[in-house]
Amino acid sequence: MSVTTEQVETRVVETLASFGPDVSQITRDATFEELDIDSLDLVELAQVVEDDYGVILKGEDMKELKTVGQAIDLIVERAE
Amino acid sequence: MAERVARPDGCALVTGASRGIGAAVARSLARDGWPVVVNYRSDGEKAAAVVAEIEEAGGRAVAVRADVAEPDAADELFAAAESHLGVPVLALVNNAGIAADNLISMLGDDEWQRVIDTNLTGAFRLTRRALKPMMRARFGRIVNISSVVGLRANPGQANYAAAKAGVIALTRTVTVEVARRGITSNAVAPGWIDTDMTAEVESELLSNVPARRAGTPEEVAACVSFLASDAAGYVNGAVLSVDGGLAA
Repeated sequence: MSVTTEQVETRVVETLASFGPDVSQITRDATFEELDIDSLDLVELAQVVEDDYGVILKGEDMKELKTVGQAIDLIVERAE
Repeated sequence: MAERVARPDGCALVTGASRGIGAAVARSLARDGWPVVVNYRSDGEKAAAVVAEIEEAGGRAVAVRADVAEPDAADELFAAAESHLGVPVLALVNNAGIAADNLISMLGDDEWQRVIDTNLTGAFRLTRRALKPMMRARFGRIVNISSVVGLRANPGQANYAAAKAGVIALTRTVTVEVARRGITSNAVAPGWIDTDMTAEVESELLSNVPARRAGTPEEVAACVSFLASDAAGYVNGAVLSVDGGLAA
């Protein structure tokens, strides 16, 4: 399945926003810490990504992620 | 802050619901308005009878076979629940359990493993699967059927006790991980309850029950119904003893 970076970006931002932060704060460089996105939020993000793109993100993958941009890049890379 | 959410559309999944405590729980949750998946492993006829009884009373239910000790059981059960009832599973009652009693010196590896696989690992896998729809819904009710022997030792039940104490630890861990998603995770610890499982066993436990009688599956089911209700939204990580005072 081919998805564009823009599609993934939109879905990730939308999902992260549902956890609390304002959409304007969710930039590629924003860290999950700054956004107050915790490990449980990332688990939920992983489930959305799995359902939408068939990309399976494991716990080890998630631990490496610090910024929104890193998450988007990883998802796009795995979806290809 | 997490907000209090009223129960969205969802169904309840009760494992080991063809008889005993599980059947009583399925009937009770159906009366509370939950569409119910009546899971069974071996007795399809009894499971069908539970479903028929629920339907006659105006409820909705479907019987689904699966052995919770099998790794694929969780996915199969959740897929069946969603396709037959058309709503996500938002209440899970981990009730399926077996016993294989023996004094520790005589307890075989197989007896140990079978009991842990069904009573503890099964509950873990179903819980892991259940958290998906529950986190999405910002609502969930997990009720694990533990046992008084998870709290108070009983000779000949090391495997059963270890599994049931493990279930309590699992219950509490789930609470601290996902309570902020509107999900509650609680355990019920029945004592001596009149069921097929206890009918085969002579136990000294009964003479130690302060209430001087065995409990009924319905008395356990009433507690499960409460813990699955909206009213119990702030009860989380609790172990509710239903044992006539045995663990007191």
